Amino acid sequence: MKPNTEVKVGKLILKNPVVTASGTFGYGLEYSQFFDLSLLGAIVIKGLSINPKEGNPPPRIYETPCGMLNSIGLQNIGYSYFVKEKLPFLKRFDTKIIVNFFGENLREYIELAERLNDTDGVHALEMNVSCPNKNSHWRKMGLIPELLKEAVREVRKVTDKTLIIKLSPQVTDIAEMAKICEDEGADAISLINTVPAMVIDIKTRRSVIGNPVGGLSGPAIRPIALRMVWEASKVVQIPIIGIGGIITAEDALQFLIAGAKAVAVGTANFINPLSAMEVIKGIENFLITEGIKDINDLIGTVTD
Amino acid sequence: MNKINKLKIIKNQALTDEIHLLSLKVSDPLEAKPGQFFLLKMNERYDPLLGRPLSIFDLEGDKISFLFRVKGKGTKILSKLSLGEEIQITGPFGRWYPFPQGEFAVIAGGIGIASVFYLIKKFPERAYLFYGARNLSEILFYEELKNLCKEVFISTECGRGEYKGVVTETFREKGLKLNLPIYACGPMIMIKELRKILEENQSNLQCFVAVEERMACGLGACLGCVIETTEGFKRVCTEGPVFKIDELKL
Ligand SMILES: Cc1cc2nc3c(=O)[nH]c(=O)nc-3n(C[C@H](O)[C@H](O)[C@H](O)COP(=O)(O)OP(=O)(O)OC[C@H]3O[C@@H](n4cnc5c(N)ncnc54)[C@H](O)[C@@H]3O)c2cc1C
Ligand SMILES: Cc1cc2nc3c(=O)[nH]c(=O)nc-3n(C[C@H](O)[C@H](O)[C@H](O)COP(=O)(O)O)c2cc1C
Ligand code: FES
Repeated sequence: MKPNTEVKVGKLILKNPVVTASGTFGYGLEYSQFFDLSLLGAIVIKGLSINPKEGNPPPRIYETPCGMLNSIGLQNIGYSYFVKEKLPFLKRFDTKIIVNFFGENLREYIELAERLNDTDGVHALEMNVSCPNKNSHWRKMGLIPELLKEAVREVRKVTDKTLIIKLSPQVTDIAEMAKICEDEGADAISLINTVPAMVIDIKTRRSVIGNPVGGLSGPAIRPIALRMVWEASKVVQIPIIGIGGIITAEDALQFLIAGAKAVAVGTANFINPLSAMEVIKGIENFLITEGIKDINDLIGTVTD
Repeated sequence: MNKINKLKIIKNQALTDEIHLLSLKVSDPLEAKPGQFFLLKMNERYDPLLGRPLSIFDLEGDKISFLFRVKGKGTKILSKLSLGEEIQITGPFGRWYPFPQGEFAVIAGGIGIASVFYLIKKFPERAYLFYGARNLSEILFYEELKNLCKEVFISTECGRGEYKGVVTETFREKGLKLNLPIYACGPMIMIKELRKILEENQSNLQCFVAVEERMACGLGACLGCVIETTEGFKRVCTEGPVFKIDELKL
């Protein structure tokens, strides 16, 4: 018999625990030529802002040992264009649409959350706490507990859709940040975002990408991400979406066992467009061979 | 339709110290147009992690070929793979060269020949090829190109070959007056020179160039491969790699 793979994240029921990581799956469309997107637990959309954003100057990516550095700079098409040009296509699939979003300051976060709350076809909101605005103190909302607290509280007020907070790994105590999100009413948290990192070209003595610092992703960060998911899961009851370097089902299963209710496949999509699908299949096979009837019986079963 | 294929290596030959010709056996029918590219993933390991973009060099029957210069980690591994080994290729991706209506001019600098060879082959006896390299030993497929082209002009920086100097100089002398649409691929410095020549001569010839940028997904999703154009950032993998030369901010 087919094991149950359904999991609940906030008000969302995902048919399986595998979603795509924001920024690595475009607007879905790009990957629909490779497989049926309805197979996914959910699609998480590229980070969206109210207005279109141009992003950082090239070069924007650089490969590192078992990973990659990126400084895309949150380039995106903006809310209106997304709703008009991308959302109708996404609605055709039998999966959940989670919109990752950010603002230049807290006011923009709130305004966009309000709009997304009223947007048909958007099932959940994933708030990226990495605010890109160099001139706003909200830039540090992902790093400073007091700012995170206020930001989550204010955004929570304007939406009753499932609100997921996407946390940065750049903190002293991830468990504390996770707890703040829970206390302020978030439905779930996802972690981790990319790890700030740097590579220098010794000939030019400059960074190899357009920005001095970029975000590291891929298998290189997986053990860090796993540790953070485990730490957070010990202090919060709300679901965690585990992200970071997941390429195979085995990687994903580690996160589930550590306490993640769902996982997101990111950089792996670049290496093999079928990655997310293969992870789904692999998890199912594991459940069958291990005789586990319900995936929820596996989640968080790591022993110290 | 873009596909992921695991294909067997049937040839991996060093043509020079640095340049290799790689041929793979195509199992399912594969279609690709001149100027398009594939992402090649050398092995299943995580280092190198990402696929490497290579232009389609030739596609005939059940054989697809790539011509590549060994540059760093990825292409080095690629150059050492043995016959019979399988590699994953994803694609074809990107915009191809608009099909030429009649005769056309081609400018290739060094390994840039990899991107235009298939174009020349698809439209035989219509191309005037201006082909330049550092030295004569890096001029590849000369006989074949001579048969496929209306005329071939070889320039080498060392001076052996017909013309001494950079390929764009030969084009300035012999190519401009042909008054044909131009297809070009080569190092950025060549593209810049070409644009300068076109501007100096107030030429309004159509000129298509294929450019390079680092890539991750190859299919428009990651926004990692953008270059600056007159209309803002554009993705090389989907809005390119072929651009009109006057679109580019050089
Ligand atoms: C559309 C397109 C078509 C190409 N076609 C060909 C071809 O037919 N023949 C050929 O020899 N080369 C071609 N190139 C360049 C080729 O992709 C690079 O030389 C190759 O990726 C270098 O990889 P590496 O691991 O050996 O080098 P490394 O320097 O170790 O690579 C590190 C990273 O940088 C990237 N990178 C390095 N140089 C380039 C470059 N010039 N362009 C894009 N990415 C780069 C790599 O893909 C990799 O992710 C093409 C590039 C593009 C964008
Ligand atoms: C090219 C690229 C773009 C990204 N864009 C976003 C984004 O817009 N918003 C966001 O919250 N995370 C973004 N991320 C982070 C990923 O969603 C994910 O958290 C991170 O890459 C770690 O997972 P991975 O190792 O599986 O890629 C991006 C990552 C990459 C590589
Ligand atoms: S390589 Fe990902 S958008 Fe071009």
